Amino acid sequence: MLLGHHIPGTTRLHRLPAGTKLGAMLLIGLIVVVVRGPVSALVAVAMGLALLLWAGAGLRLTLRAIRGVLVVALCLGGWLAWQQGWASAVEGVGDLLALVLVATVLTLTTPVDELLDTIAHRVRFLRPLGVDPERVALAFGLMIRAIPATVELAEETQRAARARGLERSLPARLVPLVIRVVARAQHTGDALHARGLGD
Amino acid sequence: MIEFDRAGVRVPVASGDLQILAPTSLSLTEQRVALIGPNGAGKSTLARLVNGLATPSSGQVRVDGLDVATRGREVRRRVGFTFTDPAAQLVMPTAAEDVALSLRRTHRHRAERRAAALDVLADFGLEELADRSVQTLSGGQRQLLALAGVLATAPSVLVADEPTTLLDLANARMIGDLLLGLPQQLVLVTHDLDLAARCDRAVLVTDGRVAADGPAAEVVAHYRATAGTARPAGDRG
Ligand SMILES: Nc1ncnc2c1ncn2[C@@H]1O[C@H](COP(=O)(O)OP(=O)(O)O)[C@@H](O)[C@H]1O
Ligand SMILES: [Mg+2]
Repeated sequence: MLLGHHIPGTTRLHRLPAGTKLGAMLLIGLIVVVVRGPVSALVAVAMGLALLLWAGAGLRLTLRAIRGVLVVALCLGGWLAWQQGWASAVEGVGDLLALVLVATVLTLTTPVDELLDTIAHRVRFLRPLGVDPERVALAFGLMIRAIPATVELAEETQRAARARGLERSLPARLVPLVIRVVARAQHTGDALHARGLGD
Repeated sequence: MIEFDRAGVRVPVASGDLQILAPTSLSLTEQRVALIGPNGAGKSTLARLVNGLATPSSGQVRVDGLDVATRGREVRRRVGFTFTDPAAQLVMPTAAEDVALSLRRTHRHRAERRAAALDVLADFGLEELADRSVQTLSGGQRQLLALAGVLATAPSVLVADEPTTLLDLANARMIGDLLLGLPQQLVLVTHDLDLAARCDRAVLVTDGRVAADGPAAEVVAHYRATAGTARPAGDRG
């Protein structure tokens, strides 16, 4: 899974300010969701792929970026095709892939530290409402981090299940994963608290 | 100075309340204090009280006179805390970014923050790893980085909960030596009795209460002599 990883580089996309990229990502996301139909969804996927290649991801990394959501995308596609027909399935899967690709481009080309600064800066105007911009930024950063961390835990759990010959048992993989994700979240919460970052 | 003033901890369980730490009074002024005892004895609970990760259900805990329950924010700026598993503590993708996260409050500008983070990493011999993904670091490197992230803000007290338990011998020795040499006051929870014996004072915790307290070498010797005879962890009747 590539989403949430940063790869230092010097491409044009790397050098764009984080705020511009964040704004563009939100705009593209909005367009992808609002504009209906399978054709636009396919165009969005093509655009997402082009951006990712432009960000210097290369073919292998780009495939890795998609592989992470492929299972979810195929389930979604199968269900939509059955419920609403092919056009909806293509649109649903296309929209999902496009969103993941665009988000991957953002994290791939932008250091988290810079993203946190940008977000904290952008949500400053909420301060009179009692919102702490630093906390919003931190929450966003953690959300991005949580994705690859969860995938890592899933892989470990999968290995643990295999070591006991339980790889075909869904509960043997799912139950420990859920417990570990929750435990990890609690530990991380404690650690942030201990570092005074939640204050 | 860390003061426990009849501080006790009860947690709700299915069958009512469970006292996991009996009211405890301690005044820790020594530079290096070890907390030792069997698994489940209450060492972590005692350690977590020091910076408000756990709150006493009775009594008070004070750091430099500040009540942890009501002045938590100020206390946490003085007290750093590290966990057994550094993976849970490292939240940013790269080593430098993780240290920089600690510095957000003190360094407003990104470039300054990065420079300060690199300085901290260099202090810990981690400068080569600045831009490495945290996930690719070894256990010893991760624990070192976790320490760097916490010490970056220059707390006056460091509480370390079993920092060497997950490490191999060489890394455990490296981290242990580093901790004992810190200028900060150290509260060290550990099962490494050789390390504990090198502290100035040791507190032996068993069954949720202080069983022995005094010069580290003596308390460790007492624990070594009696350890096999204590009831196993969790067996509280
Ligand atoms: N939130 C909780 N709920 C119930 N029991 C707890 C809770 N936290 C700790 N305990 C129990 O309290 C005892 C002391 O825990 P802890 O301080 O972590 O021990 P140690 O660090 O010495 O191994 C253990 O038996 C543990 O299971
Ligand atoms: Mg413990």
